[in-house]
Amino acid sequence: MYPAAFDYKRPESAAEAISLVNEFGDDAKFLAGGHSLLPLMKLRLAQPTVLIDIGRLADLSYIRDAGDHIAIGALTRHKDVETSALLRQHVPLLADAAAHVGDRQVRHRGTIGGSIAHADSASDLPATILALGAKLIAEGIGGRREIPAVDFFKGFLESALLPDELLVEIQVPKMSNAGWSFLKFNRRAQDWAIVGVAAWRDAGNCGVALVNMGSTPILATSVVRAIADGASVTDAAALACAEAEPQSDNNATAEYRTHLAQVLVKRALETCSR
Amino acid sequence: MGGSILGNRVVRKEDPKFLTTGGKYVDDLFDEPLLAGALHVTYVRSTVAHGQIISIDTSTAKDMDGVVAVFTAESLGLELMPAGLNKSAKRAFLARDKVRYVGEPLAAIVATSRTAGEDAAETVVVDYNVLPAVVDVREAAESTVHLFEEVGSNIVFDSMNLGAPDNSGPEFFDGCEVVVRETIVNQRVAPCPMEVRGSAVAWVDGRLHQWLSTQHAQGAHSSLCRTFGYEPANVRVIAPDVGGGFGAKIGLYGEELLLSVMSQQLGRPLIWRESRSESMVALGHGRAQVQEIAIGGSRDGRVHAYQLKVLQDCGGWVDSAAFLAPFMTRPMSQGVYDIDRIECRTLSIVTNTTPVVPYRGAGRPEATAAIERAMDLFAAEIGMDPVDVRSKNLIQPFNEPYQTKMGQTYDVGNYIESLNRVTVAAKYSELRAEQAKRRAAGDTVQLGIGVSVYVEITGGGGTGDTAKIEVLENGRAKVYTGTSPHGQGHDTAWSMLASDQTGIPMDRIEVIHGDTDLVPKGGGTFGSRSLQQGGAAVHVAAVELVDIARGLAATLLEANEDDIVLDKENGAFHVAGSPSVNKTWADLAVAKKSEGGLVHAIDFRVDGATFPFGAHVAVVEVDTETGKVRHIAHTTCDDAGTVLNPLLRDGQIHGGVAQGSAQALLEEVLYDPDGNPTTSNLADYAMISAAEVPSVTIVMMETPTFMNPLGAKGIGESGSIGATPAVQSAVCDALLHLGVRHVDMPATPERVWRAIHTAKSGVGQ
Repeated sequence: MYPAAFDYKRPESAAEAISLVNEFGDDAKFLAGGHSLLPLMKLRLAQPTVLIDIGRLADLSYIRDAGDHIAIGALTRHKDVETSALLRQHVPLLADAAAHVGDRQVRHRGTIGGSIAHADSASDLPATILALGAKLIAEGIGGRREIPAVDFFKGFLESALLPDELLVEIQVPKMSNAGWSFLKFNRRAQDWAIVGVAAWRDAGNCGVALVNMGSTPILATSVVRAIADGASVTDAAALACAEAEPQSDNNATAEYRTHLAQVLVKRALETCSR
Repeated sequence: MGGSILGNRVVRKEDPKFLTTGGKYVDDLFDEPLLAGALHVTYVRSTVAHGQIISIDTSTAKDMDGVVAVFTAESLGLELMPAGLNKSAKRAFLARDKVRYVGEPLAAIVATSRTAGEDAAETVVVDYNVLPAVVDVREAAESTVHLFEEVGSNIVFDSMNLGAPDNSGPEFFDGCEVVVRETIVNQRVAPCPMEVRGSAVAWVDGRLHQWLSTQHAQGAHSSLCRTFGYEPANVRVIAPDVGGGFGAKIGLYGEELLLSVMSQQLGRPLIWRESRSESMVALGHGRAQVQEIAIGGSRDGRVHAYQLKVLQDCGGWVDSAAFLAPFMTRPMSQGVYDIDRIECRTLSIVTNTTPVVPYRGAGRPEATAAIERAMDLFAAEIGMDPVDVRSKNLIQPFNEPYQTKMGQTYDVGNYIESLNRVTVAAKYSELRAEQAKRRAAGDTVQLGIGVSVYVEITGGGGTGDTAKIEVLENGRAKVYTGTSPHGQGHDTAWSMLASDQTGIPMDRIEVIHGDTDLVPKGGGTFGSRSLQQGGAAVHVAAVELVDIARGLAATLLEANEDDIVLDKENGAFHVAGSPSVNKTWADLAVAKKSEGGLVHAIDFRVDGATFPFGAHVAVVEVDTETGKVRHIAHTTCDDAGTVLNPLLRDGQIHGGVAQGSAQALLEEVLYDPDGNPTTSNLADYAMISAAEVPSVTIVMMETPTFMNPLGAKGIGESGSIGATPAVQSAVCDALLHLGVRHVDMPATPERVWRAIHTAKSGVGQ
């Protein structure tokens, strides 16, 4: 199908993009890689009247070492996250999760910021940055602000970004030598996850988050607490769904999703602990 | 002098175009002069599964920018027309009084652009009296809610109407030590050709030109003339490059037929191309049977009686599926087995879903799936290896026509040999040993091995095809064929056949098809018919052309015809032993110029169908904690008679295995209880991708048929017919030791997990 008619703007800078979204308000949408927004528009489930194409803002595409964390520009393509030597060294969980997004064509178009701002709980990256305790940097007309990942995902396709804000950077803490695992359970290689797990674990701490187990990506805090309290992997994994609110769809009932999440969390933690 | 090119892996001569500049499909006809200024057609489709139409309000759409016209059944004066198999069932090409499935077309917008058409389509308001939707075929058979009230039932055809007997009662299995029964689902799938449907029309001086993405241009020509009373000479149908059909593009759809009518009224050329979302609900679906199987025999492995009852879901129209169950599934229900008693009754039933049409195999995969599942269930029940049970019951090898209990005449068959070859190549006993090891160790990931043996019917219904070969004055040749390739590789295969006889190099031969002005008569491409009928026609035409040319050369060389030989290396005729004085193909074409050129056309006839057969071994791994199945290996031995080009044969097997694996593991068209489709895009519908298809090992076997001079049988559908039950069987096999008897297709992770879970907890034991 074809999208409804819309106006198209292509700003030259992030500041101009923010100024444009202020001008057009709620009817405007940022367009980055287009791999979440355009399908919705083609099905006419989304009908923005203005698209602000930020896809070519070179100043938002970077991966930098910032001491205790890696700073990633919001417009960095999945493929660049996947293949970044810096990320492979310091945040391998994120690089690996990016390698699971869609297929090669999708990864060359889609961006990390677009995926996170779209806030789809079925996407791989939101849960991953949640598990990693990343910070999101938003820029609006009033300046920049920092949003912890745990406060970012508000509801189904709903983030903490204000309508006039642009997500500009993702700050991901370095993992030092933590073990990690990203498990994506799907029927076909390029599908969204039926259930996914992003997990890391070092001597003292761990982080576990779930893909597609509720209206937002889910931080499995009960699992994390149990591990901190010295529980076995099996016992901790049994708590995988304590915070989850799985839905039923064509691919899986809520009951089966619950079972899958437990199996996958157990397998992920076993991998992390090796 | 080199040997024959036939039987060699000749690379496809059509591929450089497809891989570089690309094909030219209906949607690429923008530079066609006759279509200059074409308007775009968008169909408005029903959003309810079952309802009476109270009104269709097109007033807003008519006034929109870019909209030229809006048509409904009423404005076009469309009459209800009866279905072929059941005259009481009637409908019009645009829904008139009632809609019967989501996606049924009910109005057409003609606009200056496709986007304007879609915008306008959104504004059409249809007021329905919504009726209860009949979605499940089993419920439909009993329901008092009828799609076609005049039929008085949702059962629109019963094989008993043919005089075929009803299935009898339990006494049918008298004397059987073991009787196993199961109800199995051969689910509804979507053909998903890469190119969706599309067509363009132009009337020029009272003559219709219609471009169409079709498997059978000549059939479409007949349909147009029959439906609207057009003079055959005033209609030209052209199939440009066609991006796949899989059976769903054999017949002509209402959306395609109506274009000529609307174009005539408006005096403008029209072009229509559906979107993928439309295609998923409006292109016909495939399969969609519920099968009740019962098999009885003795504990030594001999099967004595087999009974099949088929409920064929036809969807919301009495389309070709209504025909496939009694005329394709039923005749092939016996499969490769010698069984004393066999019965099959089919019921064709309409439901509020997309109409069902032929899909790769069209009725035969369903027949094979039923009996192969029955063999496995019987084997499991008596604790015998499924290969052994099959071996004990196969029809013995035959080289002369074999009459089946279902009234078919199989041409040649050596089923045990194909089974032996495939099990050896797949290392069957090693696989069983590996399986035993994993079972003993209680591994999370278990191994499953599935076997199928099949026979199918190809070239059924068709009686032959046309071929014409024209030699040009530059020595090149044109081959005209009645077949209609849409991925099969006929350009290569027919060039090989013509080149083999004439010695004209393949790259100097052009194959022409799918244009009714150039090829008025032709059978199209479906049912694995092309090589054995269309290809054989090219072969015979080439043989005869060489004879004609030899006679001509004799005259020109003033020699005795019997002394003339064709030097295929140089494409020249000469007196044996005197090659320096010769007549080339070009010379002969020039000599015949005044008499209409050097051309030979034939209408080649065959006596009937051929029955290719084979055996497959599928290997899967099943993660018993998650239920996920991986199809890790596949071996086939498909006997399609004499093979013209192993490369093309392999391609057909690869694609067929992929679609078979897809049906076994992934694909299923789903509806909610109100008849709303829930798999109408390729994110929701799990069409298989390259990542899910295993490498396929192909074992050679060639038992030539005597039904045509090439010895060739069909190969296009074997892959899907053999692979589907083998993969399904492998999944069940992996779980046999856990107490699982049967898992319906597709074996989704959740379905497999539930089967394990249910068996473990003892429910249903």
